[in-house]
Amino acid sequence: MTEDTDSVVAEDPITGEEIELPADVEIGEIVDNPVTGAELEVVSLDPLTLEEAPELEEDWGE
Amino acid sequence: MNVGILYSRIRKDEKLLLTELRERDHDVEKIDVRKLRLGVSTPNERFDGLDLVVDRCLATSRSLYATRFCESYGVPVVNSHETASICADKVQNSLALEEAGVPTPATTVAFTKEAALEAIEAFGYPCVLKPVVGSWGRLMAKIDSRDAAEAILEHKATLGHYEHKVFYVQEFVEKPGRDIRVVATDGEPVAAMVRSSDHWITNAAKGAETDVFELDAELEELVSRASDAVGGGLLGIDLMESDGGYTVHEVNHTVEFKALDSAVDVDVAAAVVDWLERTAEPDSVEVSA
Ligand SMILES: Nc1ncnc2c1ncn2[C@@H]1O[C@H](COP(=O)(O)OP(=O)(O)O)[C@@H](O)[C@H]1O
Ligand SMILES: [Mg+2]
Repeated sequence: MTEDTDSVVAEDPITGEEIELPADVEIGEIVDNPVTGAELEVVSLDPLTLEEAPELEEDWGE
Repeated sequence: MNVGILYSRIRKDEKLLLTELRERDHDVEKIDVRKLRLGVSTPNERFDGLDLVVDRCLATSRSLYATRFCESYGVPVVNSHETASICADKVQNSLALEEAGVPTPATTVAFTKEAALEAIEAFGYPCVLKPVVGSWGRLMAKIDSRDAAEAILEHKATLGHYEHKVFYVQEFVEKPGRDIRVVATDGEPVAAMVRSSDHWITNAAKGAETDVFELDAELEELVSRASDAVGGGLLGIDLMESDGGYTVHEVNHTVEFKALDSAVDVDVAAAVVDWLERTAEPDSVEVSA
């Protein structure tokens, strides 16, 4: 995996693999695993921790 | 200004908004609604000192209560609880548009599957059945025959949450394979796009193709009236082109704008923040971080 200044890595809690994220990710942000497409939520920044994002509910929307 | 953002997910839309607010040196307080405890008599201290709260709740139920609490705590919130409660419910939405004289598709509401079937037969086929709460084109049915109508009604009555026992039946509008989404702030259009699809449901969330759309004066006026009809605010107005002219099928109160932002040249988040600044101004002095 290439390390550049604009990205950080975190472990995908589902696959256990490391994924690269933009350095400006923040708490609550939803990111997609680029391979599996799974939605993950940033739950902590230090250390950078991801959790599986909550499932879609019926009353969600615009 | 000191802005609170009520959220449960920071999606691209919220990220664009947060970035723009921070770049302008506003103080941003992110409030995760999943962690909130909202006292009826004692205001939650997270709201202390906020000039304005922006409701970006994804769940309609949370949005409705959270905006109500903000108002009870005396904190200005956009959109208002009134706007949220009209937009969150397709029945209220249709009534508000109709009462304001805004063209909107013919719609009938029924409370039993028998009455709904009569409403469907009265419209003729095809017609449309929508959940009263919901979004992104989910759980909507285009009904082509009586057989289909009976099956869908039976399923909804048997399997659905109680809200699915409110049947919202609508004429099918023969639109030209696309609909129009306008994002507006207090009735003033920020930008608009068309959403095109081979499918009759043309939500961007369903993968419709988006393209910039230039509003004419007629449409601008309609957008302004649709906005007023639901109490104003930052809104997503959905319209279709039909033989009889434009028809507004709904107004959204926690509007997403990432699809619009990529479809048009306008910086949508910047326009939204301009409006937030104007909205907060009457009550607050501009303070930079
Ligand atoms: N009455 C109708 N006739 C034809 N197409 C419709 C009708 N109502 C909705 N649609 C299509 O379905 C999409 C979603 O409908 P809408 O009422 O906006 O529900 P949602 O809240 O899920 O976005 C619209 O953008 C439009 O493409
Ligand atoms: Mg819509």
